[in-house]
Amino acid sequence: MESPQLSSLYQQLILEHYRNPRNKSELEEKSVEIHMANPVCGDEIRLQLRIEGDEIAEAKFVGQGCSISQAAVSMMTTLLEGRSLDDAEKLSRRFTELMHGDAEAAKDRSLGDLRALQGVSKFPVRIKCALLGFDALQEAIKRSAGEATH
Amino acid sequence: MATSTSTSAEPGANQTARGSSGAPPFDAGRIRALFPALDQSVHGQPLVYLDNAATSQKPRVVIDAITSYYERDNANVHRGIHELSRRATIAYEEARAKVARWIGAADGSEVVWTRGTTDAINLVAGTWGLENIGEGDEILLSTLEHHSNIVPWQLLAARRKATLRYIELDAQGRLALEELPRLLSARTKLVAISHVSNALGTINPLGEIIGAAHDVGALVLVDGAQGAVHTSVDVQKLGADFYAFSGHKMCGPTGVGVLWGRRELLEAMPPYQGGGEMIRLVDRDASTWADVPHKFEAGTPNIVGAIGLGAAIDFLSEIGMPAIEQHERALLAYALDRIRDVPGIRVFGPDSLDERSAVLSFTLGDAHPHDISTILDMEGVAVRAGHHCAQLVMKHFGVSATARASLYLYNTREDVDRLVEGLDRVRGIFG
Repeated sequence: MESPQLSSLYQQLILEHYRNPRNKSELEEKSVEIHMANPVCGDEIRLQLRIEGDEIAEAKFVGQGCSISQAAVSMMTTLLEGRSLDDAEKLSRRFTELMHGDAEAAKDRSLGDLRALQGVSKFPVRIKCALLGFDALQEAIKRSAGEATH
Repeated sequence: MATSTSTSAEPGANQTARGSSGAPPFDAGRIRALFPALDQSVHGQPLVYLDNAATSQKPRVVIDAITSYYERDNANVHRGIHELSRRATIAYEEARAKVARWIGAADGSEVVWTRGTTDAINLVAGTWGLENIGEGDEILLSTLEHHSNIVPWQLLAARRKATLRYIELDAQGRLALEELPRLLSARTKLVAISHVSNALGTINPLGEIIGAAHDVGALVLVDGAQGAVHTSVDVQKLGADFYAFSGHKMCGPTGVGVLWGRRELLEAMPPYQGGGEMIRLVDRDASTWADVPHKFEAGTPNIVGAIGLGAAIDFLSEIGMPAIEQHERALLAYALDRIRDVPGIRVFGPDSLDERSAVLSFTLGDAHPHDISTILDMEGVAVRAGHHCAQLVMKHFGVSATARASLYLYNTREDVDRLVEGLDRVRGIFG
């Protein structure tokens, strides 16, 4: 009876991240913190990064919202530690391609658990939920890069 | 209570109650068939539209009135001598007269066309407010208000160094009116309060609030966006000073709404925007204003919007507001009974049916309202999820969002059953 689209949207892995989010806490030492909210629906997160040189040493978040937004940011943080800012930027672009239905991106192992969010691409109004964490990440990268050149 | 909501039927009353003026028995299924948009499938399921507090669907007669105006009568109003302009002007002003009769205004001069409720409230804030609110004055609101009855007053208060005060809510989302004597004083210049809460469905006891406000010399503006839709309103009996509502929530088109104001107040107010239509004579340095209500209607108005709203009022009058209200209350009673049986459900708003309108605001277990809404949508059931432009209400209950199903005249028990089935699906995924 259940729609196959719904089953693909609400994969167990997504609900698991929603209920047991990874890296959901405050960073003691943070280089940058970005607050990102969707005023339409009230989803919000604060993404905190500790950056050493051009590498993300730690990534944490706090936030509240729907399963898609919260699972996506949880999954994202698990992939950030030890990554260069350039590399994080690439990850962000790749995930955006996944959200726009790119079949190649769906097979890309570098996206880790984030691949479970593939089904979101079939729900246009929910794509912005999935991108909330990456919107914050891009802003954090932009700000960090700006500071590095000063 | 001064509003006619006190005439409402007993909960659970029989659905085939007779409308006013000998109209045929109320049959929601028959009425549903008059709305073309309801006759469709969404994601392979027949549509169940339960987002009426956001906007209602439009009956064929309203769509036809709009089409017919554009096909035969389209012209600017109050300007031309030619035949089409004459027809357009008559239809436009007839619509105003229909609104006046619908809400019990003294006459059409008290009916100002606006873009909607929000525009009507901003009009009062930007004209009466700027002239009459000064430093140290107070405006009394409630935390139940829609943002459109908060933000215009925040902007005004900042400009005039005035203070906003709030009536708080109790655990059921009703106004804590025992605080009213403490909140009202000679400094209170305006009480701006909703008739019915869009987020919870709470019906406010306007009579008591208006009486207490007038006792201290304050005026009262009623945000009727969710009021006039569900209950007959008689603004003169109600005794408020301003009443604002929108056309699109009551079968009319978007982009048209009404500000009703007592005539002597409207006459004393400065214009809202400047332009054509609102002037009498224009000279180099100064101009004189048209009479009310045209003084507040600069520029070419939403002519077809007004005509469409007039057609909606004809449609609703024919069915009869008492019959509609009775149907909605019976359906609300049924819906509350059914939804309260869903495991994990938390329903917000007053316990008593007499204190609530046709809105079901709820959360379900740890499923976020957006997820509830997506899953229901895949079942063909349209509900709203979010803060409903009422963040102070959400804060009061300690939630960031709720799901909201809102009922209207064309909804049936089957629609409610489909909602409950959809919620079972949510529990299946999130359970």
